[in-house]
Amino acid sequence: MREVIIIGSGPAGYTAGIYTARAGLNPLLIASSVEAGGELMKTTEVENYPGFPNGLQGPELMDSFRQQAERFGTEVLLDDVIEVDLTGTTKIVKTGGGKTFEAKTVILATGAAYRELGLPREKELSGYGISWCATCDGFFFREKTIAVVGGGDSAMEEATFLTRFASKVYLIHRRDSFKASKIMQERALANPKIEVIWNTEIAELLGEGKLTGVTTRNLVDGTEKQLDLDGLFIAIGNDPRVWLVENQVELTSDKFIKVDGRSSKTSLPGVFAAGDVIDPTYRQAITAAGSGCVAALDAEHYLTNLK
Amino acid sequence: MAAKHVTTDSFQADVLSSDKPVLVDFWAEWCGPCRMVSPILDEIAAEHGDKLTIVKVNVDEEPALAQKYGITSIPAMHVFQGGEVVKAIIGAKPKPALLSDLDAFIN
Repeated sequence: MREVIIIGSGPAGYTAGIYTARAGLNPLLIASSVEAGGELMKTTEVENYPGFPNGLQGPELMDSFRQQAERFGTEVLLDDVIEVDLTGTTKIVKTGGGKTFEAKTVILATGAAYRELGLPREKELSGYGISWCATCDGFFFREKTIAVVGGGDSAMEEATFLTRFASKVYLIHRRDSFKASKIMQERALANPKIEVIWNTEIAELLGEGKLTGVTTRNLVDGTEKQLDLDGLFIAIGNDPRVWLVENQVELTSDKFIKVDGRSSKTSLPGVFAAGDVIDPTYRQAITAAGSGCVAALDAEHYLTNLK
Repeated sequence: MAAKHVTTDSFQADVLSSDKPVLVDFWAEWCGPCRMVSPILDEIAAEHGDKLTIVKVNVDEEPALAQKYGITSIPAMHVFQGGEVVKAIIGAKPKPALLSDLDAFIN
């Protein structure tokens, strides 16, 4: 039986790994087989993580997190958790690789997954003009016309990044102002290749077998227009990844894992949660890391009281 | 066994004329999800190499091949049989999901 299993490998998961490993709890961190490192693996330059005055690449930051966790004895497993039973004193965690683990405590740091537009044929056209990862796919849109949907930091970052390749980047947003941080907005708005289409949503995806454009709908006057595009990058936010535990731990009304006050304690004893999966508001690498630390300390305290 | 790297010149012989189905993994060095899925494909090649050949195309070095097959997202794993694309898998997936996508070719 393990003292602690951490599910997730973003800033929250790895920070929980660093702290529980340093506390001598020999944590097992189940990182996912293909998404290890979490959301930051898809970003480029990270400029706001304190301690790195010159910025660094997202994947480089996550590699450092992992090394630091492993240095103190965190065991990192590249596998996917497919089923858990957290209700008893002994927590059971099963993976897609066919392993079953038992632990006294579990830290849920499963993060958030990208949100879909919810339009017909969105899945079918994914990979055929619709993309979820600018850093992965920008390369294929050299001298092409593309659009980014969204108004937050990720939409700004993607739009700005994609101007390296594309000849024209439309930035389509539902409202008349962006939610993104000021510096990211200014960078995007100052870019001559970026044209913002305000108060507009995507009503329809066009193209057979390959995206050729979209129908946009102006939300103020209801007018619809056709926009020819080679590519569409969707960055309209994330939803907490709770499917694994939603029938076991209590969730908030907007489907985040509910924790007690400023702690990481969920509705189940011995089960803690950290990072984007509990945070509808801040969702930064640094807040996730702080939250992972809180979960590690809460788990440590819980284990001490068991003895 | 690491997968063979296929080029525009060798594509005909290595992929299109192969008797066995060939999975072509379109990838690039800078693509994080490609790096994650690569060892999984190596495992599948080791376990099912008798039925399915797995090769790689570096899209940086072979942009013409990527363009020819309409690649706009990587990793893209296209299975060729008799010179035609018979299955396309887009995006990194865990091994059980890939095995289930490839079931028709390996079982």
